Amino acid sequence: MTENLLEVDDLAVHFPITRGVVLNKTVGHVYAVDGVSLTIRRGETYGLVGESGCGKSTLGRAILRLTDLTRGAVRFDGQDVAGLKGEELRRARRRFQMVFQDPMSSLDPRQSVESLLIEGMKAHGLSKGPEADHARLRELVDAVGLPAGALRRYPHEFSGGQRQRIGIARALCVEPDLIVADEPVSALDVSVQAQVLNLLSRLQRELGLTYLVIAHDLAVVRHVSDRVGVMYLGGIVEEAPATDLYADPQHPYTRALLSAVPVPDPELEDRRERILLTGDLPSPAAPPAGCRFHTRCPWRQPERCDTERPELRQLDGAVEGHRVACHYAEAIREGRLARHTVEPQSFEVDGPSSAPPEHAASVNEILGM
Amino acid sequence: MTTPLLEVEDLGVAFTRKGEPDSVAVDGVSFDVQPGEVVGLVGESGCGKSVTSLAIMRLLPERGVRVSGSARMEGTDLLTLSDSAMREKRGRDLSMVFQDPLSSLNPVIEIGLQVTEVLKRHRGMKSDAARREAAELLERVGIPDPRRRLDSYPHQMSGGMRQRVMIAIALACRPRLLIADEPTTALDVTIQAQILELLKELVADSGTALVMITHDLGVVAGLCDRVNVLYGGRIVERAERHRLFAKPRHPYTYGLLGSIPRLDAPPGEDLNAIRGSVNDNLPWASACAFAPRCPRALEKCTEITPAPELVGGRFLRCHNPVPAEA
Repeated sequence: MTENLLEVDDLAVHFPITRGVVLNKTVGHVYAVDGVSLTIRRGETYGLVGESGCGKSTLGRAILRLTDLTRGAVRFDGQDVAGLKGEELRRARRRFQMVFQDPMSSLDPRQSVESLLIEGMKAHGLSKGPEADHARLRELVDAVGLPAGALRRYPHEFSGGQRQRIGIARALCVEPDLIVADEPVSALDVSVQAQVLNLLSRLQRELGLTYLVIAHDLAVVRHVSDRVGVMYLGGIVEEAPATDLYADPQHPYTRALLSAVPVPDPELEDRRERILLTGDLPSPAAPPAGCRFHTRCPWRQPERCDTERPELRQLDGAVEGHRVACHYAEAIREGRLARHTVEPQSFEVDGPSSAPPEHAASVNEILGM
Repeated sequence: MTTPLLEVEDLGVAFTRKGEPDSVAVDGVSFDVQPGEVVGLVGESGCGKSVTSLAIMRLLPERGVRVSGSARMEGTDLLTLSDSAMREKRGRDLSMVFQDPLSSLNPVIEIGLQVTEVLKRHRGMKSDAARREAAELLERVGIPDPRRRLDSYPHQMSGGMRQRVMIAIALACRPRLLIADEPTTALDVTIQAQILELLKELVADSGTALVMITHDLGVVAGLCDRVNVLYGGRIVERAERHRLFAKPRHPYTYGLLGSIPRLDAPPGEDLNAIRGSVNDNLPWASACAFAPRCPRALEKCTEITPAPELVGGRFLRCHNPVPAEA
């Protein structure tokens, strides 16, 4: 057994943008994920955070092979998953499951909870006869905090929070090692969100699960994760232990993100310094050269930032495992570089026939899906 | 205290449908807004915060909705005003910014026309002057290259830019009251920070009063002077923001604050979640609607409606509030 459950190496997912009705011509690519490497240790929670369009969901889907990879390797428990096909892939999938954002659209409205849960068990040969299965299902719904009577009911009979519990139970029913949760609580109200977050951490303690939690809410991610990766335009710009990320943010983007998250504390809100980013996220179909963040970075320096893409590296004196992809991280950390104002870039307006939308909210929007 | 700009009294909204019991969305909401003040309405989905704002703006459909109570703006009751008089007021004296700017902007009309429309209608400006003014407005809300942007269509702009356009339209006639209904919920955090900063600035500059409707207590903490917390169509607690966040007295407010993961808290600890979830048609008539979820519920909470009280400058509706010294 290796210590690392999941190893992702230089993973990239580029979606072709095609035009034309009969003859599809590829006119460009959306660089949704572009060279991401990460490892997740057994039993830990890795949080991926980023704004819409940064490629965090695509990365999660690519790891589970729900999207084809353009390049890169994904090793799950020592086994190369990226090369698996057909039956082999199907069997491997028992060990990594997904919890989706919208519990309503990811549960079949015409299947009862029992049928939803048992389907996976049967497909993976975990069924041990009706008696034993039923006992297992009761145990499952109990574990996620639903009444036993829930098994006979249908998704529409539940509230949003309860549906998310069903989604979690479905992921758990095949006894996976890794659960990828894509925005597991963003569709829920705050009070219910807390219930689901508590449930996830309890299940992890009891079952020894490994999580990859993907979310846009930095506070949520930091709360549940042991380590956090911050994504911007297809790449990880900073990776750190959860406590350290807040205490010592090193990438300009992380700093801006942290200062933008509203905190329910008026005292703190009044006195904290805000780093306001100007402008919008550039399109992942035409990512800026060099450092992806240079178009909005208040610490941008001439030449190097525009031309050379920084690699993740560990700074001197930083906590072990805290890595940042910024050429000038030391200077910024020590306060040797001053912030300057960035003029929001005026973007070109083309006709409606122009290639991808300039500021699409997601990869799907760019691809016109 | 000066005379309030907006005085909402005992506002009730019920959705009626033949053969079915009424669905009560707002159940006796009273609050006021002073000139230039920023007031927050906070609550989870279904608490009636949006319906309250739509009722004040008179944007609810006439059929199938029963509105009661009053909403007086500078002495005139908006709820009994004639349709044409309300049309005069809307956009000029009070205006609104909605959550989703893409569905509230007209997709087939260029931005410039949508901004100048208000100027021509309410300020009687001629086309040329209105266009110049529109460009200035866009510049004020931080849109780069505003003159050229006037000819853009909403789909050519990003979500944050669209929301800026919405704000420009809403503030075009320098209204005295702006209602913003979840203006940043559809946006990314860094863009949200930009928009909130912009709203804060504009409101301070122009002396416009702002009613901020949101589910995010973090947004409220940095922006509002006074905060109203809604649950099940009623205000359960109201206080000045520092007081409210430092010492939440209603068990719901207390629970809500406890269930938010905070950036500055040690991670890994369990959150204090509120059990259960919100239902429709909560029974305020002879009980406290929060009682089934409340950890401090007493026997009388399920029998007697808690009466509103004023305790030390704080409005509270609870039989067994969280002790002040806790």
